[in-house]
This record gives sequence, structure tokens and C-alpha cells, in this order.
Amino acid sequence: MLSLSVNGKTHSLDVDPATPLLWVLRDTLGLTGTKFCCGIGECGACTVHADGKPVLSCQVEVQEVAGQEITTIEGLRGPVADALRRAWVEEDAPQCGYCQPGQIMTAAAFLASNPHPTDEEIIAAMSAVLCRCGTYPQIRRAVRRAAGR
Amino acid sequence: MPEHVVDLDRRTFLKVSAVAGAGLVVGCGICPDLPTLTASEDGKQELIPNAWIRISADDRVTVMVKHSEMGQGITTALAMIVAEELEVDWQKVRAEIAPAKPVYKNPLAGIQATTGSTGVRTSWDVLRKAGAATRELLIEAAAYTWGVPVKECRAVNGTVVHQPTGRVLRYGQLIEKAASLPLPQSLVLKSHQQFEVIGKRFPRLDTAAKIDGSAVYGTDVRLPGMLTATVIHPPVIGGRVKSINATNAQQMPGVRHIVPITTGVAVVADDYWRASQAAEAVEVQWEASEGQRLLSTDRIRARWAELAKTNGRKVKDHGNVGHAFAAAAKVLEAVYELPFQAHACPEPMNCTVHIHDGVCDIWAPTQIQGGTQEIGAIVTGLDVDAVQVHTTFLGGGFGRRASADFVAEAVELAKQVKAPVKVIWSREEDIRNDHFRPASYQVVRAALAADGTLLAFWHRLVGNEWLDSFAEAFMPAYMPGWVPRPVKNAVTTVALPITKYLMSAKYATINAGTVGYAIDNVRVEYIHDNPGVPVGLWRGVANTRNAFVVESFVDEIAAAAGKDPYRMRYDLLKNEPKLRAVLELAATKAGWGKPLPSGAHRGIALDDFDGTPVAMVAEASVNAKGKVKVHRIVAAVDCGTAINPKIVEAQISGGIAFGLTGTIKGAITIKDGQAEQSNFHDFPVLRMDEMPEVEVYIVPSTAAPTGIGEVGVPPVAPAVANAVAAATGKRVRTLPIRPEDLV
Repeated sequence: MLSLSVNGKTHSLDVDPATPLLWVLRDTLGLTGTKFCCGIGECGACTVHADGKPVLSCQVEVQEVAGQEITTIEGLRGPVADALRRAWVEEDAPQCGYCQPGQIMTAAAFLASNPHPTDEEIIAAMSAVLCRCGTYPQIRRAVRRAAGR
Repeated sequence: MPEHVVDLDRRTFLKVSAVAGAGLVVGCGICPDLPTLTASEDGKQELIPNAWIRISADDRVTVMVKHSEMGQGITTALAMIVAEELEVDWQKVRAEIAPAKPVYKNPLAGIQATTGSTGVRTSWDVLRKAGAATRELLIEAAAYTWGVPVKECRAVNGTVVHQPTGRVLRYGQLIEKAASLPLPQSLVLKSHQQFEVIGKRFPRLDTAAKIDGSAVYGTDVRLPGMLTATVIHPPVIGGRVKSINATNAQQMPGVRHIVPITTGVAVVADDYWRASQAAEAVEVQWEASEGQRLLSTDRIRARWAELAKTNGRKVKDHGNVGHAFAAAAKVLEAVYELPFQAHACPEPMNCTVHIHDGVCDIWAPTQIQGGTQEIGAIVTGLDVDAVQVHTTFLGGGFGRRASADFVAEAVELAKQVKAPVKVIWSREEDIRNDHFRPASYQVVRAALAADGTLLAFWHRLVGNEWLDSFAEAFMPAYMPGWVPRPVKNAVTTVALPITKYLMSAKYATINAGTVGYAIDNVRVEYIHDNPGVPVGLWRGVANTRNAFVVESFVDEIAAAAGKDPYRMRYDLLKNEPKLRAVLELAATKAGWGKPLPSGAHRGIALDDFDGTPVAMVAEASVNAKGKVKVHRIVAAVDCGTAINPKIVEAQISGGIAFGLTGTIKGAITIKDGQAEQSNFHDFPVLRMDEMPEVEVYIVPSTAAPTGIGEVGVPPVAPAVANAVAAATGKRVRTLPIRPEDLV
């Protein structure tokens, strides 16, 4: 049995410890807000937090993060998260929306480490997550807005 | 008073309004059935006045949307159209994607589908009427309840007010009374001056669910007892399974079934990870013909280059092209080539099916409910009515989900394993087995007079069109559900080749031979050749190819004639005021002719997407290594009435990102019978650091709304290619633009 703490709740899991965190979240725990897109760590759609740091859940085996606190889009809370969600609503950033959990998780970890970013820093950080709908201008404005600029 | 106002005593209000000229009186025509009351899923009583609206006892208004939501904002736009006439509090409005039913057919597609940027266009009239009819019904219910004349009552923000006494009843309090009354037969619609919702930057209805993880996409569907599968497709397009060795894979934990299906091998397990791990352990022997194995982009190109030397079918022939070329002082000729393109929807292809109790339930992120239902019926042998389509949110569509190959697989598999099953493709399967944007080989010629006047434009296109894959799959779906299967099959057999022949030429040559320019002599020829690569609809369809060719070549013509590319287009649009207006707006806003920061150059391009003209000016620079940087794109669009300008801007801006990926990033090439690309490392998609500044200008209009979802894509490539030519003197005639071609 493997113990995994997700969004403040500890689960005892009977899974192959080499299973990617993504599939434990989605298929075992039913937390489907974290998305499967590329499976090779290229697109950022599956980004979650492990002890507050962004990780690509399709590239991390569940056993590697067993002792850490995992946060997914469903459990993302706090002032940064609130500011981001407000900004996302104000900009109506999502189109199809599939990448947006990964965008928001990436933005939340970024703003936590850099609360007053420049535009260049925002673009560099957010270029990690692909959006096929091209919501980049809206996301850029939303992150800027969430940072109080 | 207009003569078609129905003269009913209880419709006195309408007659008065019409005389007062408050708006447009129309026949209702959408509501043959009487309003009904029903219990909703959460047990609350709901009024269903027509197929488009439900109102609950607690005032919730549900708008039934006949289209799929893939990011284009259709749920919000259609709900706004209803809300405008219904006079309802926006906070109480929600949208629901409609099930597959004849009433939800898309009249322009001929089938229930979200294709061709037709959602708003085909809903505008019917939803305004549905909203107005429901409002009148509720007003009448209030008047009956109070025993007062209808004309003394008014709908205000989800309530009916009796104006003389100030009494108020909420819509939710009126649903029982309303259910006992017939819907009005004629209506007064608001004029544009009266709009309070349409034209406003209302918040999208789907944003909240898309930022907290609760939005349900196809991959998120979960059913009791559900199995999860993935599919191994042949390594050569069109290949077939010869034999399977699943001995090792079958032993892996959680693996339930490994079975051949028509299109490959399905691996079924308790969850996706176990299925995908087992899929890697399955050994499959495939068979394919030599032609299939040798299929390649190089071979296709070589054949098309030969075909392009032969005469094609004349699709357009104005004036006398032969005379014009004979009399020309100067003749230009160029060959342009467009590659296959992948959709790369962020949500890989997937579908969930449960066949039970004589019913086939399909949960799919689909753009084509009509085709999905038909395919469910074909594969299961059930009646069309026994196939229920539940459309989830789509994690991108872009035309890919107007094919239903992935649906057919899931239904076939559910039939075999006799359990609810969700099929999810890996990203690699998704890219390699896409129904690609068709490639194309095009030759263009221009005849110029000595003074630079454009005398003739000649355009020959070689390639195929989405119908080659689409018509085969969906022709039976265009016939009514009650038509017996053998009849559908017989009609399909007869009609298929004719449809492909006639319609492919029509769709492949959209805007070929220029768009709207006043040229006396124009010929367009089409040579249809299906290379055997599955093709489909791709955001912007043939316009994405033909606008690139035509608008790039127009710049070549301008250069040869010594003319400014904007001025030349402007002059040639003397008969097209709408096109000329967007061109002028884009050029003015972009500061055409004014100097730019050093190194950046401008390019301009124009397209008309089925009645929506769009012009763009791109600002780009090219560094010493040939890398293109697009700094800014200014777009102007005339989409008639813009229901929600914020969504229109987002669609143009998103279309620009999509177009830029095809312009400066990725393409699909075929080698040894298969796509060489498989994931985002070799099919790169535009990232934020490559996104230009975008400005969108919407021409003010009170005309009926046209489409917006695809129109932002086609002008991007030619505008950027023209800017690159201005910057480097090098003409781009193939996409994507490669650095090695610019140094």
C-alpha cells in the first residue's frame, strides 16, 4: 500500500508504484481536473503541485511524490489562487478550457515564487504550457492582473 | 400592420406593439408543440415551452444548444440571443448541449453538427423567436393569473410586472399556468437599438467550470463498471491486422481484453495506464499493400507535379483567359505547395460507450451528433432512435471531431466486451491517425498589361478534400432516421461517387482565382486526386490553403506591377464594399505606409470566409539565421451583428495562433505509409513567447450575424509570408516557413 496526500486528504492506494501520478489522480482518485494531453512532458496540461512546486504529473511516478503534499486544480486554494481565478474570470481566458488547469497550476506556482513578475518573466514561465486555442494574450493579461499590475 | 400577424383576441398586445413599430413582427414557426411541464433531474418542476428553453420553478433558465462547445463560446452566444428576448437575469441562465434529435439539426450542414462556423448563423432567427415566444407566454400567464389585460403587463429581468398596480410574479411562479396555454403564433422582435444583451461583453457561461477542474470532457467520463481501452493502429495508413501475439500483455495486471477491431487492436484494462502499458507489450503482425507501404509526401508531390501539367476541370471561367494571356506584356507564374496539417486537439481522441437494454449510450466530445448517432446505429444494428448521444465539452475540435472514426471504434469495442468502455488514444495515435488538413499543389499565373494592369488570373489546384473521408462515413446520416438500412446503403452506393466528385471541387476551390477582386478574366481548374491519406475538416478549411496561395501571389503581382500591395487590393475591390471596408480598416489601424521599428516589415492579406470578410496586417522580422518573429497582427472583421465582441476578439486572436502554428511551426509529412510526426516534440505548436500582439477591430453592423470560429485562420499565413517577403526579398511558396529558405 502506498500513502499519498492529495488536496489535504491522505489516501492508501493499492497501485503499481511506478504509475504516473497523473493516472493515479485521474483514474484511481477520480480527480479528472488534471488533464492528459501529450504524455511526454511537452505540453504542461497535467501540471500539479508537489509541496507547492510545479510538476508534470505525467512524468512523475507516484512513488516519487508519496511523502509530499500534492495539490491539484480541485484543491488549489489561497490568496494567489483566488487572485488567479478572479483574473481568469475577468479575462474570460479559457476557450476549450482543456489546458487551463495546467495553465492555472503553472501560474500559481510561478506567482508564489515571483509575486511581482515582469512581462518577460510571465511569458517565459507561461510558455511552458501549450494552448491550441491560442488564449495566450488572455492568460498573459490574467497573470499580470493577478499579480496586481 | 404586416399581414402575417395572426389575429387572435388574446394577442392584442402584439397588434398594439406592431402598430407602435416597436420591433419586427414575425411568425413564430418554431413551436408546433404545446408547452409542457416536466420534472428535471434534480426533481424540480420545469416548463418546456419549446425545444430551446426550459424554465424551472426556482427561475433557472436552461438554453438548449444544438452545437458543441469546443471553445468558440457558442453556449454563451446562443444563451445571450435567448436572454435578449426572454428578458431574464443573466445570473439565472445556463446552457446545455442538446441530445441528438432531428429538431437540433444544423440546417446549413444538413445534419446535427458544429462545422463551417454556422452555429450563430443558424440559431440567430430561431432563438430570438424562441425567447420572444416564451416571454409572451409568461406575460400571458401572469395576465391570466391576475385577471388583467395582457397589454398592462411587461416582462422585466425574469419577472412579469403588472404596470398599473406594480404587482410582480417571477417566471418560476408562472410555469404551471404557462404550461396550460398555447404559444403565441406571432411575435414582436426587438430592433438593434433596443438590445441590452446582444453586442455586450457578457461573461462566458463556461469559465467557472473550466478553472476549477469540474468541466467534464470526454476523457473525464466515468461510469460504474467502466473499462478503459486504448487502440493500437497500423503502422501504415490503411493497414490491417494479420496476427496478434498478446501472451505477455494478457498476463499484465488489470488487463481484461486484447481484441482485434476493424481499425487495429484494442487493449482493454481497468484503467488507462494499464491499458497503455499492455499495448506496448502486444506484438502485432500487420498487412498492407505495397502502395500503402510506399506512400510518402515525396511521391504524392511528384505525382501532383505531373498532374498539374494536365488540364483540370473548369470550376470558374470568366472572360477570355486565353486572349488575355496572349495579349499580356508580362506573364507571372508560380507554384505553391501546402502540406498536410494535424489538428493536435489538446484532448486526444476518445469516446465512451455503454450498450445495454436495447440502447446504445455514447459519450463523446463530438462535433457531429448526427453522424455519431448514425454510426452507433450502423455498428450496433439498433434503430437510430435507440442511440443516445451525450456531448461532453470538447478539448479542442478544429474540425477533427467532425470525423467519427474514434466513435466507431468505441462502439465496436463495447459490443465485443459487453461492458461500458472508454477508449482513449495516446497522443502518438492521435497525431498519426489524424484526419489531416489536405495537402495541395497549386499553380497560379497572372497576365499583366504594360502599365501593370492585372488582365487575367489563372489558377490550377491539385489535391483532394475532406469529403473523401467524410462522405463515406456520414452519407447515411443525411437521410431521415426512419429510412430502412438497406435503402440507406443503396442510396449511399449510388450517391457517394457523385457527391465526392461534385462537392470536392466546390469545397477545394473556395476563394481560388482570387476573392472579390475585379479581374476581367479568371479561370480556376481543379484536378481531384486522393492520395490515400485520411483527410478532414481543419479550422479554416480550404481557405487556409487558397488564401495563402492567392494572397501571396497577389503580392507577387503587385511587386511586378510596381504597385503598393494594399493600394492594389483596394483598387481591385471596387465592386466589394464589405471586403474593401475591412481591408481599409486593418490597413489604417496598422498604420500601413508609416515607418516601423528597424527590422520589422508589414504584410497584408484578405479572406472572405463564407460571408465573413477578414483582413490582417502582420508585422514581422527575420533574423540572420532566418528565424521569423511575428511582432503584431492587426485584424479587421465584419461578422454582421457581433453577439459578444469579447468572444469575437478571442476567436480571431485564437485563429491567429492556430494559423501561426501552420505558418512558422509544424506540418505533417508522410513517409513509409505513415505520418512522420507523433507528438509535440516533432509537431510543435505555437507557445506564448511566439504569440504576437493582436488587435482586433470589428466593423459595426446591424446585419444578421455570420460565422466567426474559423475566419481568423486563413489570412495569417499570407500576411506573414508577405511581411517576410518585404523583409527579405524572398518569396515563401511552401509552408511552414523554414529558416533555411530565408538565409
